Amino acid sequence: MRTEPEAAALNSKNKKPAAGMFLYFKQHWQLYVIFLLPAFVLTFIFKYIPMSGIMIAFEKYNPIKGVFHSPFVGFEYFQRFLASPDFLSYLGNTLKLSVYGLLWGFPVPIILAFLLNRIVNAARKRNMQLVLYLPNFISVIVLCGMVRILLSVTGPLNLLLGTHLNFMTMPSAFRTIYIASGIWQGAGWASIMYTAALANASKDLKEAAQLDGANILQQIRYVEWPAIKDVVVIQFILSAGNIMSIGFEKAYALQTDMNLKTAEIISTYVYKKGLLDGNYGFSTAVGLFNTVINLVLLICVNMIVKKMNDGKGL
Amino acid sequence: MKAKAAVQPKKSFFAAYKGMDRIILLIGYICLGLFALIIIIPMLYIVIASFMDPVTLQNSGITFDFSKWTLTAYQRVLSNKQIWTGFGNAVLYSVLYTVISVGITLLAAYPMSRKDLKGRGFFNVFFMITMFFGGGLIPTYLLISNMGMLDSMWAVILPGAFSVWNMIIARTYYQGIPAELKEAASIDGANEIIFYFKIMLPVCAPIIAVLSMWQFVGMWNSYFDAMIYLNSESKQPLQLVLRAILIQSQPQPGMISDMQSTAARAQLGELLKYATIIISSIPLLVMYPFFQKYFDAGIMVGSVKG
Repeated sequence: MRTEPEAAALNSKNKKPAAGMFLYFKQHWQLYVIFLLPAFVLTFIFKYIPMSGIMIAFEKYNPIKGVFHSPFVGFEYFQRFLASPDFLSYLGNTLKLSVYGLLWGFPVPIILAFLLNRIVNAARKRNMQLVLYLPNFISVIVLCGMVRILLSVTGPLNLLLGTHLNFMTMPSAFRTIYIASGIWQGAGWASIMYTAALANASKDLKEAAQLDGANILQQIRYVEWPAIKDVVVIQFILSAGNIMSIGFEKAYALQTDMNLKTAEIISTYVYKKGLLDGNYGFSTAVGLFNTVINLVLLICVNMIVKKMNDGKGL
Repeated sequence: MKAKAAVQPKKSFFAAYKGMDRIILLIGYICLGLFALIIIIPMLYIVIASFMDPVTLQNSGITFDFSKWTLTAYQRVLSNKQIWTGFGNAVLYSVLYTVISVGITLLAAYPMSRKDLKGRGFFNVFFMITMFFGGGLIPTYLLISNMGMLDSMWAVILPGAFSVWNMIIARTYYQGIPAELKEAASIDGANEIIFYFKIMLPVCAPIIAVLSMWQFVGMWNSYFDAMIYLNSESKQPLQLVLRAILIQSQPQPGMISDMQSTAARAQLGELLKYATIIISSIPLLVMYPFFQKYFDAGIMVGSVKG
């Protein structure tokens, strides 16, 4: 494969004589051909070629003519989607699900880490962590299966409440179910990062603070919080930047015919329109719309955090 | 139960705190204990309910009258062929995916960790772009379809095999390996491949373990790619079989067809869900203690990625 050394040569900042270049590649060709090539090829085929397929969003796709020869329709699909009443509803569902999820879910692991950090007995701490991490290894399908069982009309929650509600068919319950089960499954695992950062906090500082008679809240504010602040910022940027790319798998597995009013999010809509209904162009346009918003969000969040965090972003 | 240990800390521990601090801590630990209970109780419920007689379970919930306990659900689930096919496929896909993915990612991360690599900037941008922008569902689906990979396991394994995120993590790890180690070896004039496999790889066990764990669990638990690309029943991984039973409430035909009445079939179908959940979760839960060793390594790896 010659393209990589060539591309690399084009990109190298220090222009050296051709002979030096030749010698370099003679010595280091393995780095390109054996180490980088597989990743390069996979990325090119499965990431870059689909990018050219985005053209489908602007054309009336015809499988026989292919991506490059189908008739062009411009922004028709975008206009149709933006003008439809579904648009606001699905966009709202997506945003609410992830923003509420972030607001409720983000602080929990941090609090868990602060509490775990206070457990002095190492064995006890380890056992606690084992319990907290466990749900992370349950699959989405099993999690949603459990949710459906526990919340079913004759299930334990209804027995406990003495009611006969069918939660899975209630649009008003969907977000709560989604977010609560997300915290149930993920909060413990997410606390790992913070627990580690807290363990690395300066012991001397901690002891000094305790000797000075600092109470717990003061210790958290002046010793522990500074130790995990950077990790919190990174995690927040990552979560906030992913607001629009909220997962398909769980939302789809928790959907029923009855709760779609709140449960239909953009990614499930893209799937249904595209692969189930065969509206390739329209579906691609909606997906592209989602990707672009996500990109803008990520850039904005990063900029805001940079400003607040003395120029340190991601 | 483990949770209780945390709810009632020993007095010696509390003695270190006074006044408001004790109240704050007490409230904190009660919350922590409750959270642990909330995690454990639903799991316990499913485990116990899976042993119930279907009629009893529907009429009066779980009971500790052991004469009402039965292994019917497990027998029926375990004697179902589709579950085993799903199991086999899940193992096959997860192992292949883990090996290919971790291999390619580790290999690619090595040159990217070398400051002297010519074209490093280009490759960096080339890979990073894909983290933020992509073609989306339909263009990817059409590509797979045009490549003739529909209904082939490679459609599930290859597209996601190279992870830029994991590459960055592995790269950071390589950069943390002491320079002396690298210099000592490069003097001998070893070529890149020998150098990598003799010097670098042996000290990479923690990162290999962590990435393998992530990739294996990720593939084992996912269902979307399999749902859109694999049509044949014989190729479906476990999660798709589970989806039919748990989410769509469509038990495998052989599991309940011998029951006479619709009501009995429905009750049994419900019960099968419990046993299915337990059986399908066992492999990862059995591996859980082995994974545990690498949690800390995972944090080390994760904490430097910023």
